[in-house]
Parts: sequence; C-alpha cells; structure tokens
Amino acid sequence: MKLDSKIPEGPLEKKWQNHKSNIKLVNPANKRNIDVIVVGTGLAGSSAAASLAEMGYNVKAFCFQDSPRRAHSIAAQGGINAAKNYQNDGDSVYRLFYDTIKGGDYRSREANVYRLAEVSANIIDQAVAQGVPFARDYGGQLDNRSFGGVQVSRTFYAKGQTGQQLLLGAYSALSRQISKGKVKLYNRHEMMDIVKVDGKARGIIAKNLVTGEVERHGAHAVLLCSGGYGNVFFLSTNAMGSNGSAAWRAHRKGALMANPCFTQIHPTCIPVSGEHQSKLTLMSESLRNDGRIWVPKDRKDAEAIREGKLKPTDLPEEKRDYYLERRYPSFGNLVPRDVASRAAKERCDEGFGVNKTGQAVYLDFAAAIERYGKTEANVKGIENPSAAEIKELGTQVVAAKYGNLFEMYEKITDDNPYQTPMMIFPAVHYTMGGLWVDYNLMTSVPGLYALGEANFSDHGANRLGASALMQGLADGYFVAPYTVGDYLADDIRTGAIDTNTPEFEEAEKEVNAKIERLLNNENKIHSVDYFHKRLGKIMWDKCGMARNAQGLKEAMKEISALREEFWANVKVPGSKNEMNPELDKALRVADFMELGELMCKDALEREESAGGHFREEYQTEEGEALRRDEEFAFVSAWEFKGEPKDAQLHKEELIFENVELKTRSYK
Amino acid sequence: MNLTLKVWRQANEKAKGSFETYQVKDVSPDSSFLEMIDGLNEELIEKNIDPVVFDHDCREGICGMCSMYINGEPHGPEKATTTCQLHMRKFKDGDTITIEPWRAKGFPVVKDLMVDRGAFDRIIQAGGYVSTNTSGNTLDANAIAVKKENADKAFNAATCIGCGACVAACPNASAMLFVSAKVSQLSLLPQGQVEASERVMNMVNQMDIEGFGNCSNVGACSEECPKEISLENIARMNRDYLKASIAVE
Repeated sequence: MKLDSKIPEGPLEKKWQNHKSNIKLVNPANKRNIDVIVVGTGLAGSSAAASLAEMGYNVKAFCFQDSPRRAHSIAAQGGINAAKNYQNDGDSVYRLFYDTIKGGDYRSREANVYRLAEVSANIIDQAVAQGVPFARDYGGQLDNRSFGGVQVSRTFYAKGQTGQQLLLGAYSALSRQISKGKVKLYNRHEMMDIVKVDGKARGIIAKNLVTGEVERHGAHAVLLCSGGYGNVFFLSTNAMGSNGSAAWRAHRKGALMANPCFTQIHPTCIPVSGEHQSKLTLMSESLRNDGRIWVPKDRKDAEAIREGKLKPTDLPEEKRDYYLERRYPSFGNLVPRDVASRAAKERCDEGFGVNKTGQAVYLDFAAAIERYGKTEANVKGIENPSAAEIKELGTQVVAAKYGNLFEMYEKITDDNPYQTPMMIFPAVHYTMGGLWVDYNLMTSVPGLYALGEANFSDHGANRLGASALMQGLADGYFVAPYTVGDYLADDIRTGAIDTNTPEFEEAEKEVNAKIERLLNNENKIHSVDYFHKRLGKIMWDKCGMARNAQGLKEAMKEISALREEFWANVKVPGSKNEMNPELDKALRVADFMELGELMCKDALEREESAGGHFREEYQTEEGEALRRDEEFAFVSAWEFKGEPKDAQLHKEELIFENVELKTRSYK
Repeated sequence: MNLTLKVWRQANEKAKGSFETYQVKDVSPDSSFLEMIDGLNEELIEKNIDPVVFDHDCREGICGMCSMYINGEPHGPEKATTTCQLHMRKFKDGDTITIEPWRAKGFPVVKDLMVDRGAFDRIIQAGGYVSTNTSGNTLDANAIAVKKENADKAFNAATCIGCGACVAACPNASAMLFVSAKVSQLSLLPQGQVEASERVMNMVNQMDIEGFGNCSNVGACSEECPKEISLENIARMNRDYLKASIAVE
C-alpha cells in the first residue's frame, strides 16, 4: 500500500484556493440523488451534515445520544482560535500555522495545518452569523484571550462554555436542515460497522439502542465524525459514551490508523479522589491566563500539607516553587499542555505533590485577585484600599471571568478556590492520533472520510489549546463539503445503494455474532467496567505521560491477555432486543481492548520523544523531550493484519518546506 | 454512607412501572450521584438483576443528558446543579432517596429513568436557528457591534442545556422556559432579528403540538433550572409573541 497524501501543488498559501478551484463539482440535480452518512454530531459531524444537506445531498446523521446537541464537543470550555488579529498584536494566518506546527512538535502536515489557519477566521464570522453569543467588550466588539503555547491573544470565547455555544450553533444549522427534510436524524443509534462494496465505503451497520435492532444503511460516502478514543484509559475528561469504535471498525475494514500513541494529557484537571470515580473533570486552560502553578520548595512542607498539618495559604512566597515560571520564563504558566503536564508529573514524582495521594499541584489565583483588585480600586477611585477591599474587588473580576469553573470546582471538591488554591493534576483529554486521512480528509478506504478528532491530521504530537473546536468546525463547514463533492462527482450515475447485497448481509451477520458472543459467553464473572478499569490502569501506567520500551512490551502482553479474559469472563446482563446500555458498553470496550494494544505498539516503535509522547529513553539532560527528526519525521500509519500486535507500519514522510525543524523551546 | 434507594423501574414506554427498593452500602461522600448509581448497578449485575437504565454522558453538567427526579426535585436538592454534579456529601448517612424519571406528557419514558426528549429537538427544528448558510462568506464577525449587555443576556439564555428540568418542575409540564431561552438568545442579537416574528410563532406552535402545558407563573422552572435560566426570558418571549401576533393579523 502506498500512502498518497494528495497535497496540492503550488506555494503553501495558494494550495487550498487552487485545489478548491480545480475540484470537481456535482450539479444540484445530481446531488439530490446522492446519499451521505455522517456518524457523530459533534462540531465536525453537525457542521458537515448541515453543510452537505444545504448543498443538496441527502444526509443521514447518526448519534448515540438522545439528541445531537449532547455530543461531547459541548464540554469544551476555554475557546476557539482564529487568526483575526482583532487585538492588533501581530497575529496572522502564518503565525497561527507556525504556532500549531511548533506546538505539535513538528509531527503534522504543513499543508493541512496551513489550511486550518487559513479558514479559521471564517469560522468566527460563520458562528456570529448563526447567533453564537461570544464574549464582547464594552464597545460591542469581540473579546479575546490567550492560550498555551502562543504569544498573541487569538482565542474567542463564551465564558467557560465556548464548546457549548459553538455546538449549539452547528446544531441549529443541523436542525434547520432536519426541518427541511434534507437530513434524517438517527438519534440513539450507534455505528457497528462499515460496509464496503467493491472496495468503496457504501454504508454502515447501525444499532438502534432503544430497540436493539441491527439496521443496514446505504450511502455513496460515509463521514466518521466520531471523536477521539481517550476513554481507552477509562478515566479521562471524555464523556462516558465517548468511544473509539467507529474509528476502530473502520481500521479493521482497511482504514489506516495514524499516530495512535499521540495522546494529550491535559495539565489542569481535578485530581483523582477515589475508587468510585467514573471520569475526570477538566479545569479550562484559560485559567492559566491568571492562575499560577506551584508546589512547595521544600519536601517537608509538601509532606506537612499532605498530612493536613499545613495550609497552602500559610506558606510564604519564598517557600513556593512556581516551577513553570522558573523553568520556562518566556512562556511561564502558558507553556503547551504536554510541557505543563510533564513538569507537574516531575514535581510529584520527586515528592512535592500536595494532596493525600501526592498526585496534585496548586493552581493559585491569589496574585490575580490582588492584581485585579488594585486595578478595580484605581478605576473606582478608592484611595488606600484595604487588603480586604482589594480582595473583594479582585474576586469579583475573577468571578466574572471564570465563575462557572470555580463553582464546578467547588461542587466536585468541596473546596472554595477563591480562598485556597485549586489542586490540579494531568488527565487524559484528547487524542491527536486517529484515522489516517489525505489532504481531502479521505481515509485509505475510498469514500470513507474522517473529520475532527477522529482523524490525525492537524495537531501532530500535541494539540494547542482552543484548536480542537477550530479543527472540528473547519473540517465540517469548510473542508469536507468541498472535498467530498470531488469524490461524489463520479457517483452521479450510481443510483441508490442497495442494502440487500451479500456485503451488507455479511457485515450484519458479523455484528449479530459479536453481540451473541458477548451475551452468551462461557463464564459471566465480571462486569464490563471491571475490565475497562484494568485496561485503563495498564494504559495509564505504561502508555501514559511517560513511556519506556520495557513497559510498553509488558503492556502489549497484558492487554492481549486481558482481552482474552474479557471475552471469556465478561458478564453482560439482559438481552439483545431491548435497551441494554451494558451491552453497548461491552461492544465499545471490546474495541478499546484492541486499540489500546496498537497504541502501545505505536509508542514502542516511535523511538523518540515528541509532544505528548514522552519516551524516557529519549530526553535531554534537562528532562525535555528529545525528538529524532532524522529517523522519525513521519506519520506512522498502521494497517490492520488480524491482531493489533501484527499491524503493519506504513510511513508518510513529513516534509517541511515552510518552517525550519527546530527543537521546541518555551524557555 | 449507607442509603436506601427507591427507584422507578419501567421496562419500556408501554409497560407499567413501579418502585423498587435497594440498599447501597459504603458510598463515598465524595462520589457523585451518578457514581453512586454506578455502584448500585455493579451490585445489581452481580446479583443478576437488570441494572437501572438512566441517561448520562458528559458528567460535568453541560451535555444536559442526565435527568433524575430526586426526592421530588429535578436534579435533586442542590441549587443550580445537574444530577451528575450533585455529590453524595449533600445527603446524610441512612437517608432514603426516591428517584423517578421526568414525568410529563411531552417526555415519554423510554426505560426506567430514561425519557424521550425528542420534543425539544423538534421545537428547535421549528425555528430555533438563524437561516444563514454555512459558507463562511458572511459579514466580518466584528462588522456589527453588539451591546455587551445584550451579548451577555443572549449568552445567559443560551447556556440552557436542554435537560428538561423546567418541564419536570412545572405543575403544568410547560416548556416555556426552554423555548423562551432560545427565542430570547436570538431576539437579543441583531442576527436573529430578521426572523424574530416567525420564530416565536413557530416555536410556540410546536411546543403546543408536543403537548406541553401553559405557563401560570409558578416560577418552579427557573428555581430548579441547573443553569439558572431567568424567568425574564419568558416575559421577553411573551412580548415577542404578542408583537408577532399583532403583526401577523
């Protein structure tokens, strides 16, 4: 198999325009005879489904939730990047492109990233036209803030609910097309498999989660907008239902899986509190605009804090180690996520952690509250304000900026972050890896596309904050609607896809057999969660923030053994012809059991450190990630060969013509 | 903590439901309400009893999927909190907790504690959008200034998560708060003005078709709303509706 990324000719800044001008079109009358399936209704899925329907295609949209508005894009907090340069701070398309390539530690494709930066400004225009209520200043203009890994303010936001507002915007566009009959929505439906006819993706097998019925759906193209696979770790910031099955099913049907080991561990999450925990909660990166991260300088103080003998607020300034400001003076608390996470782990491993388990650092707003308080006192003309007055005024400013996040923190931890620093620790948040796609977002299976987090294309080895929303919407609104047309132009005479064919029958039979196997296995000893938690622990311990060859080899063996045990001993209650969430969960975990092993294999083969992938064997003397560009400046694209351990590696060389490969420095 | 749970069990929409009583032991006060139910389900699976079906997804209070009626209140006793963000430290050791699904004609039960809120989607489909194409070739985002006050109010209305607690809390099972939040968001912004009249008429019409009741100014909807959507939105929608009715006739 030869990988062809189909990057258009011409200079970087002309590629997308030229490509769009030369792409094949489908005339409106023919679009009415073409069906497209969109799996997932998050930012990528909703925007793609709405746009394709608006262009005239017949769209079937699938989501496993009760409504398309629930998709996990809704939980994105901090914001969305766009190269608008409204703040006049020197931002440009090139700078956003450059920041994203650098932030991704030089493991993404130049042409794709440039296109992303290029269309970013349109996303903001589009969202505002849809009635998305972004934050504005007193002049009525859009407000911006700053995110990690950059030195400009290009992040648009709607308090801590930017994902919600953007998703509801895309959902409203989708709803408009549903009302016109151009989109048929299949809610509470989950994709079970891809169906290929003559090598092309021609439909899916879906399960109606309410009745349990297994259904066939035909289409001329299938778009997977099914999100990432962070839940392979069991504990992550993903929603409970977020899963990697659509992507994994596609992989098993011939779609290559790219860079599966590139996982983003987000530095600011609420630490694990106990065994009961079902998920982890993110505290937005935007908090690092104002919060300062620290641990005690002295191990003894850290110990005293852990034992509850000392309060963080009692520790004087000189006894605190603001380790990010110390190690990375030019970016300080706003270093990229991978750097911030590793630094937190390093301090905690050295014994400076501050919660009971020693797995937490502080995120402190006291300085910001004081700074804002003094400014407010000046504005209000209060002379010689008391410390209490300053605190009061500053608290109001911080509450206006981050109020909902502070409330959420207090609900979960029972601690008031206005009074005492937040405790945070890194947690699995996003997967940069995903289905390999070419410039047109098509996977290695003709007619099968992957958009948003489900593909690997734009973030390299580490995603910058506020770039996931940007990519999901860019793919869905502005890229796929054009590129899918180029493919479908050859399908105007095909006619409706018949689902009464051996290919559909075979795929449906396989799905039913798997369901039967889960319901009628030999032993029925442990619940699905029992196995999922064990898988998560292996992944976190051996394929998490730090990895090494020995651990990864062990992990592959352990996962393989666990998978066998799962199929023999998992206990799935109920039957197939009813609403059965345990069965649905079992189907997802079965796929995680395979995907996890491939992630470890990919991590083992990539003998360098890059972005979120930190191999202990490859680090500088200062403990920074050591990339090996000579050997590893490529995308790993894995072909399914029966068992994850037997997957075959294909390499897509990454060619950098517009940026110089450099060691990433945020010092 | 040890608790007694009285949980509504119902096999499907048509089946007759009833309360079942379960004991749960050693619940961590730091666990969320849904994590407590996870624990119950683990035990039920162990005992070969079908686990309790309930809607949930993000577990951080934003997707709007969780929906339990706990001790007579949607999302339980804590103000401005979804069930997934309600923590067991808000209960006492030995408590008996009654858990029911949303009860409203517009929200038929799917199974146990899970209901069908498709009516909300259909109300949005009736007009809860701005009719603009997704080409990206619109005005520059800063071309029309929006007064901060209006942008903030539109945002506050737009934080509705569509969970349906307002309907569950209302003695008339009215969906006025939900509908008015979307109507308000769009009518407060210049982009939503063009279709304001048709929007409010069509959305209210759909709300009636779905079988939701009328508003009689009880205010329980806003009181129980996990996102504290203000009653002001209902007043604004009533004004818009009146204005549109007069204009139409």
